[in-house]
Amino acid sequence: MKEVAVIGAGMTLFRRHLLETGKELSFLATKMAMEDAGLEKDDIDMVVMGSAPDAFDGIHMKGENLIDGSAAVGKPYVRVFNGGGTGVFAPIAGWWHVASGVADICLVVCEEKMGNCYPHPQTAFRHIWDPILDRPLTPNLLWLFAMEMNRYMTVYGVKKEDIALVSVKNKRNAVDHPCAQLADPNITVEDVLNSEIMAWPVNRLDVSPPSDGAAALIFCNKDIVHKFTDDPIYVAGTGWSIDSTMWTNRDLSFPRYLAQAAKMAYKMARIQNPRKEIDFAEPYDPFSYKELHHLEGLLLCKKGEAPILTREGVTQRDGDFPVCPSGGLLGVGNPIAATMGQKVCELYWQLKGVAGKRQIPGDPRIGVANAWGDIMQMGTVILLKRG
Amino acid sequence: MSRKVCVIGIGHTDFNSMTPDIQWKEIMYEACKKAYVDAGIDVRKDVNSFITCAEDYWEGFSIFDEFVPDQVGALLRPCCTVCGDGLFGLANAYMQIKTGHLDVVAVEAHSKISDLLTFGDIVLHAFDPLFERPVSGPVERPKYGGSPEYTSEAPKPLIGGSDEKERIHPYFLAGLEMQHFLKTTGTTEEQCAAVVVKNKKNAFFNPYSDYEAQISIEDVMKSEYLFKPVKRLDISPNVDGAVCFVLADDKTTKNLDIEPIYLAGFGYCSETPWLSTRGMDAGYATKAAKMAYKMAKITEPRKQIDVAEVDDRFSFKELQHLEALGLAKPGEAKQLIEDGTLEINGSLPTNTSGGCLGVGNCFEATGMQKALEIVTQLRGHAGKRQVTDAEIGLAQAWRGIPSGSGAVAIFKRG
Amino acid sequence: MVKKKEYKEWPPYAPGTYVRESDIREKKITYTWWEPEVQYSWSLGPAMSKFLQGLKAGKIYGIHCKRCKRVIVPPRMFCEYCFGPTEEWVELKDTGIIETFSISYLDPDARRIEEPILVGVISIDGASPQHGFMHYFGEMTKDDIKIGMKVKAVWKPENEREGSITDIIYFKPLNGGED
Repeated sequence: MKEVAVIGAGMTLFRRHLLETGKELSFLATKMAMEDAGLEKDDIDMVVMGSAPDAFDGIHMKGENLIDGSAAVGKPYVRVFNGGGTGVFAPIAGWWHVASGVADICLVVCEEKMGNCYPHPQTAFRHIWDPILDRPLTPNLLWLFAMEMNRYMTVYGVKKEDIALVSVKNKRNAVDHPCAQLADPNITVEDVLNSEIMAWPVNRLDVSPPSDGAAALIFCNKDIVHKFTDDPIYVAGTGWSIDSTMWTNRDLSFPRYLAQAAKMAYKMARIQNPRKEIDFAEPYDPFSYKELHHLEGLLLCKKGEAPILTREGVTQRDGDFPVCPSGGLLGVGNPIAATMGQKVCELYWQLKGVAGKRQIPGDPRIGVANAWGDIMQMGTVILLKRG
Repeated sequence: MSRKVCVIGIGHTDFNSMTPDIQWKEIMYEACKKAYVDAGIDVRKDVNSFITCAEDYWEGFSIFDEFVPDQVGALLRPCCTVCGDGLFGLANAYMQIKTGHLDVVAVEAHSKISDLLTFGDIVLHAFDPLFERPVSGPVERPKYGGSPEYTSEAPKPLIGGSDEKERIHPYFLAGLEMQHFLKTTGTTEEQCAAVVVKNKKNAFFNPYSDYEAQISIEDVMKSEYLFKPVKRLDISPNVDGAVCFVLADDKTTKNLDIEPIYLAGFGYCSETPWLSTRGMDAGYATKAAKMAYKMAKITEPRKQIDVAEVDDRFSFKELQHLEALGLAKPGEAKQLIEDGTLEINGSLPTNTSGGCLGVGNCFEATGMQKALEIVTQLRGHAGKRQVTDAEIGLAQAWRGIPSGSGAVAIFKRG
Repeated sequence: MVKKKEYKEWPPYAPGTYVRESDIREKKITYTWWEPEVQYSWSLGPAMSKFLQGLKAGKIYGIHCKRCKRVIVPPRMFCEYCFGPTEEWVELKDTGIIETFSISYLDPDARRIEEPILVGVISIDGASPQHGFMHYFGEMTKDDIKIGMKVKAVWKPENEREGSITDIIYFKPLNGGED
């Protein structure tokens, strides 16, 4: 196996609606990543695109439409798709392109144009449900997460106040992110608890918004990384796992698929005590409770312990184990696949020490990011390390 | 680390124009189960990773990946979806195995296109919405008048009913491309018709094909023009079916005591999505083949390839692809179809399974169906359509209208 | 290769142009519109067909996996744990326990409503633990509902049933003494 390094990253602004088309957003993110690495289009061997449901953009086979914006014309190009898990899965696919020895330099682009779907991206979400068992009941997507949140709260005795702390932390962290959509320096727990109830126990400020955006990453083979940098950031481990489609037959209080994916990644990275050996984490946080759920799924704390860590300030940027220093999805925005920007790109920037005001103190050497997708089924995990 | 990648198991369902008795989950289960039995493995213990090749709009779900794991055996295992043809899936499985972290990978692709009632409009949905789609007709939905459009029937040139809200069926692009091909290579429509005759005849020897027929060049020429010069019989009809492959590294293959068929090389490539600036010479196939030949160390493709399965969803595409892949010189394909070179007992047997014209157009499973035929030939299990002493085979697929992407896979007998 | 851009902080800028919902509604920016015609008719297969026929007859069916020793509902032709075929249909009760629920102030079209909708997952009695499906709850308030509550299906009248999950209207609290 070849060791794989990250040599460039880029992302666009995240907003509910952006003027640019999907192709243009891919181009802007790719351009930034190529500026970071010092590459031109011809230097790139293969391209991976990650993008979530075609129904948002309104283009069937939308991977084909985005080829030109992703510097992939005339190149091997493939699109991978895992629902929400794509944000971390597309980099994993980029990793295996280089680790296999087939490509020396692989570009990964993730793009999302949720704003195209009219009247609201929710309409596309109507079609993720099973057509026989669920769709005739005309469910709203929020019900699904509300049910999972309720189960988690009931089984582990977690209070809404502790969960609201996550929204507060992340939206405040996001103030320092130039691409952030929902940063708020003054938000408090009361604001979150008093925001309108959408589907109990989910309040409006517990949810991340749909967004337009794009992000890009460039991977390269260890043998040539000296051409680009003296201080390379390597992929230490990758893992991914999926649970059954029949979500009503699963206990939603613990994401066992994520624990499986995390074990696979930790094994590859030779990590035996995740909480001690890893310095910070970017778990997927489309809902405030998900950050806690995922911290437990990533085996970074015991089941039910994540809210206690949050309450004690351990997960703040200057805490013992910073979590979502970027501002996460709650603060920066949720353009499904393009969340690679504040998850994996953020790991890279933090490890390089160039995250500006978001930089966590100390000398972080290893970070972990995860994404979550499909119908609460998919866990994807990636670890980046310095040197 | 120079692992080799082998095919250790193949499984497939029958290919039928309609499959009203089974759900998409069951068609996938059948193909996968057969592949695991063929490989002699326990999927729940032995398979390390799963890849499915599917597009949301063919299936009718916003995130098809959700509905995959249970029926392929991927519960609580690494599993993902590649939005592309089956050969793209095989390529990614190859790369996963070559990393050294995964030993056995299953790749599945299927078509359940008969579940889709508005086929033409969905293909049109793949066109660029700003510049290319509006050319086809009004932005308001056409009215289908209540009765479903059975996708196994020939496409109608106009989508929608007979009121003003009609759209032009996107297969007009095939007409444009065929026009260009005939002109630049001097091929005639009769020579393209000969491809249809050959493939439908070959399909008689293929137990799972659905569109075998004993027809003549005159029959094809008499079928009506739908997208001139593309005629009804030049178009491969849609079909349902599923194929599953199990790939493994060479050490595992040896431990299982299986005769190795190597996935020696692959290539894939995408040309520009802009229809107006893309050439019409299947450049994607040329570039994909270049990558595959390099990997498989093939220097003289025409001499070294014993059997080929190339994408023939439109009759002229078989000839166009043979030239693009370097298996025929530019303009030579029309001669090869006439002098018997491409027949089962010729020197370059092409589409011995019947191709898309004989088996049916199985969308994202097309590449896998072609790979299935190549592996069957290399194993010596092709019965009456067996090519003698087949050692190296090539499978090629295109992603269909309106894309300019395609993939190539080369298999070698151990 | 070209010279790298050396910025001190990353991302160094946030490319992209912000437009508001109102800009779109007031046509201040140019856009194009398309309505696809998207229709599907999924074949149900033997497992789902039997389940829906059962619902039409006022019954809930599960299926048995002998190897895993579990009774599965909603039923399927193969077991995802052992990857083997399932056998033997089992008629289950139409009562169960609430595994989780939500109190929604948004209707299916994401419009705000005054009276909340109660929805959740019910494990069906007779099937293995935590095997069930999603449905609505009725005849209870948002303060009554809790995880672990016993509930019973309320069916549509026989002549209105179509062979769909909506043949059950909702699940109501199961009071002592009821079957």
